[in-house]
Amino acid sequence: MNALELEDVWKFYGDFPALRRLHLTVPQGACLALLGRNGAGKTTLLRILAGLMRAGRGAVRVLGADPRDRAVRARMGVLGHGIALYDELSAIENLVLFARLYGLDDAFGRARQWLERVGLGASAYSLVREFSRGMRQRLAVARAFLHEPEVVLLDEPFTALDDRAVETLQGLLRDAVTEGRTIVLSTHQLREALEPATHVALLVRGRLAFFGERSRQMLEDPGRLYREFGEAG
Amino acid sequence: MAQAEARVGARRKSSLAVPGWWRGALVVAGKDLRSELRTKDALNASLAFSVVILLLFSFAFDPTVEETRALAGGLLWLVFAFAGALILNRSFARELANDCLDALVASPVSPAALYLGKVAANWVLLMVVQLASLVVFGVFYNAAWTRRLGALVGVVALGTWALSVVGTLFSALTVNLRLRELMLPLLVYPVLIPALLGAIQLTGPLAMGEAPGAGTEVWLRLLVGFDVIFTALALALSEAALVA
Repeated sequence: MNALELEDVWKFYGDFPALRRLHLTVPQGACLALLGRNGAGKTTLLRILAGLMRAGRGAVRVLGADPRDRAVRARMGVLGHGIALYDELSAIENLVLFARLYGLDDAFGRARQWLERVGLGASAYSLVREFSRGMRQRLAVARAFLHEPEVVLLDEPFTALDDRAVETLQGLLRDAVTEGRTIVLSTHQLREALEPATHVALLVRGRLAFFGERSRQMLEDPGRLYREFGEAG
Repeated sequence: MAQAEARVGARRKSSLAVPGWWRGALVVAGKDLRSELRTKDALNASLAFSVVILLLFSFAFDPTVEETRALAGGLLWLVFAFAGALILNRSFARELANDCLDALVASPVSPAALYLGKVAANWVLLMVVQLASLVVFGVFYNAAWTRRLGALVGVVALGTWALSVVGTLFSALTVNLRLRELMLPLLVYPVLIPALLGAIQLTGPLAMGEAPGAGTEVWLRLLVGFDVIFTALALALSEAALVA
């Protein structure tokens, strides 16, 4: 089964088409690096896949069903532009809250385990408002992976992470791919995104300019895709 | 790929389930109450507003017992409604910081359960403000409101549910507007008129410790009917209100 399927998807903001005639099929277990300049439509596409926004036209299926289906949402992890954490709650309270929203057994144990995994075990009871930007981003990543989703949608997950945290996140992504999860990763940081990716999609002004398996040449020259498909500079 | 599917599928069966409707609502309500009790932003503002209005009105007009009897219901519900707007405005605005609303909507909790959880949390916070206001009212207006405490709390609870149900729905609809603090009362109060009428009529005598007069049953039916109809309507509209 394909993890993600888009058929002739359009999205309009007023008269402006943010996504145009998008056809995309992502197999289960793939790690898709979703690339594109600012305004290319990456966030819009991720929001539609997450069921946070309706497509204007076309069909969207995640794990074979409508992404707004509750059963599908339970199998998805989403990290958007915001960290989606409550500043007035502690790190562990935030994770326990989301563990309960996802109906997990042993919400506390799971939260504790993920805090350790992203290196925030010592700050479990600190309020999120006291965290640095990088710590908040790591906690947000833990929230997205907490319920072991089959499909993970990550919008700019490397933002504000230092080199050690980038390494931790890349390790998580590699583990997730090994475990058979499907990942869609939107970012401007080409090298970080291409390293764990199995597939690459490039959006140019709402159109899918390129989609294919990630090659060794892409890793060696990450800017090449932009040059070849008309968005150099 | 088939192996990957099997691995993820097997692990999921052991640990994850779509949370029940009521459980989802309770988790959301608990989160909202915990957040508010930790910051007390809306609660303090709402309490201060109620107390100040009741005190100012008492000092400005120094009403006699007869005047208080005539004004009690209207005065209390005006205070409840305006003070309530401060709590209702915060309900979804709280989710804007860090894009928390996206994470709630992306979770498997149904939009109706998410909405109901917020209504329940708002109802609890509003009831705290209304009961504190009644204490202030009793002291400064010399009203024996505790004599009919059960009936009074029942009526305030029904009226507050109406305020919470309608206010929470409009709080969701106006959350992304720049003038949401202004828009919320403008949209909520006209819709609330029937419930407010019923609540004012029933609260007036009860707040003075007296038995409600003739026609009580009609106002009570109006209030209960409003609560039932608008709860059902708001639950049906919750997905449209929460998903763009």
